[in-house]
Amino acid sequence: MSLRIVVTVKYVPDATGDRHFADDLTLDREDVDGLLSELDEYAVEQALQIAEAADDAEVTVLTVGPEDAKDALRKALSMGADKAVHVEDDDLHGTDALGTSLVLAKAIEETGYDLVISGMASTDGTMGVVPALLAERLGVPQVTLLSQVSVEGGVVRGRRDGDSASEELEASLPAVVSVTDQSGEARYPSFKGIMAAKKKPVKSLDLDDLGIDADEVGLAGAWSAVDSATERPARTAGTIVKDEGEGGKQLAEFLAGQKFI
Amino acid sequence: MAEVLVFVDHVDGAVRKPTLELLTLARRIGDPVAVAVGAGASATADVLAEHGAVRVLVSEAAEFADYLVVPKVDALQAAHQAVSPAAVLVSSSAEGKEIAARLAVRVGSGIITDAVDVEAGAEGVVATQSVFAASFTTKSRITHGTPVITVKPNSAPVEPVAGAGAVEELAVEFSAAATGTKVLSRTPRESTGRPELTEAAIVVSGGRGVNGAENFAIIEALADSLGAAVGASRAAVDAGWYPHTNQVGQTGKSVSPQLYIANGISGAIQHRAGMQTSKTIVAVNKDAEAPIFDLVDYGVVGDLFAVVPQLTEEINTRKG
Repeated sequence: MSLRIVVTVKYVPDATGDRHFADDLTLDREDVDGLLSELDEYAVEQALQIAEAADDAEVTVLTVGPEDAKDALRKALSMGADKAVHVEDDDLHGTDALGTSLVLAKAIEETGYDLVISGMASTDGTMGVVPALLAERLGVPQVTLLSQVSVEGGVVRGRRDGDSASEELEASLPAVVSVTDQSGEARYPSFKGIMAAKKKPVKSLDLDDLGIDADEVGLAGAWSAVDSATERPARTAGTIVKDEGEGGKQLAEFLAGQKFI
Repeated sequence: MAEVLVFVDHVDGAVRKPTLELLTLARRIGDPVAVAVGAGASATADVLAEHGAVRVLVSEAAEFADYLVVPKVDALQAAHQAVSPAAVLVSSSAEGKEIAARLAVRVGSGIITDAVDVEAGAEGVVATQSVFAASFTTKSRITHGTPVITVKPNSAPVEPVAGAGAVEELAVEFSAAATGTKVLSRTPRESTGRPELTEAAIVVSGGRGVNGAENFAIIEALADSLGAAVGASRAAVDAGWYPHTNQVGQTGKSVSPQLYIANGISGAIQHRAGMQTSKTIVAVNKDAEAPIFDLVDYGVVGDLFAVVPQLTEEINTRKG
């Protein structure tokens, strides 16, 4: 029995670029280059490791996004995923996390799955809620924020390092897993992998295929609204001193002046 | 006045500071009703009442500790049904965001995460967020259902004010999903005696320039002189010099203290995303061109191995 793994990935604007809002207060994507969210590379890596440890497994990468989001899928395919699913639809522009989780859940059900693996958060929105939302919508256990994960005999186990404790978790498949950047370095695509990726299938789906109405997603279907976005005023230039033997004392003087000491 | 649910973050009855901050914010939009679950939940009632909770809904079922996240969602949903609140506020911890998100789907509501302020507006509750590595400030509203909002620590002052704090048993019917993810074991993090990173008023961080795990002792000594938490950049964590739980930045924790002192940290955008909303920023770095100096209120261009011990000694001397 084949283990079907679906990895959800996101095509995100490069955080080192200059990000702005468009007139509709969504992210202006015209100005910024995109890439596969770095945190999703860890999810792809863990999916590949779980697949390699299984007798028979298939890894599908799934994304929701514009045409350019295919770049994120290609990267994951060149790392070693078997196939890709791209949900693309003009009506998706401005979709919030709740809407995204709805689209992903429908696409995951359509694809068929035993295990869903996500990154801990996207590097753009950084909400970190989509894995939990997927578990809620799919009605399967959530085993999230794992720094270690393994799958054996239809059971997923993992370690979750929380603020106050580390927990060892266990759930039966099907399940939704998310992994942190402590789960293990993601592999680099080999030249062979990059060439092979060009021949791997990328299936396109739109909202009709998933039975989702346009008014359930997009900016109009979002259940929250941004009323205003203001650029943070540039910090006024601070005092910068060069240490010539008294730098620590000068800093102490500043901190005392600010009543921190 | 409308009631506002506040989900209580506590460890065996000891309420964590971000929850007390939520009570301050909740009072701006209604009467706070606290929801406390798990072992020791009843013991939270006094301190919640002292910070304005009008009611405290309590459930101490074993499920909250034995299974991950979902039992807490079931409890909050039960409270939502019992109270019909004007808003639901949850702390922006990783778990808090997961609980809030699942609740939002269940009750058909929009969600806003990582708010840094919450106020009453003409069209409902308005949440302020800091986005794009804190380069923009946005004001947002929930347009569908009950506003479910998670709030970052250090976003509001803790204000003691007497509330009735009537303790009531919360009846929770656990869903089929509640027992899906078993917690096989739980190892509490060993206490360093220092404040929790996200809650601390002062954070002292070390980065690549600290150059070795053993050298973090001088960062810790400075932190201790100020009663501060210790943070680390991703470079320092990836090098194995300091635990990941102390990482400040995009893939670590986001902090917003009164004072942030960056030592040997260049200030890559990923790090800035996690600390740029700090009120006062100080940096010590050898490289005068380091981008961190664009953010600082006070910067020292110099060797941290000379500057930091001198600073620590001076602080300890001044404290007497």
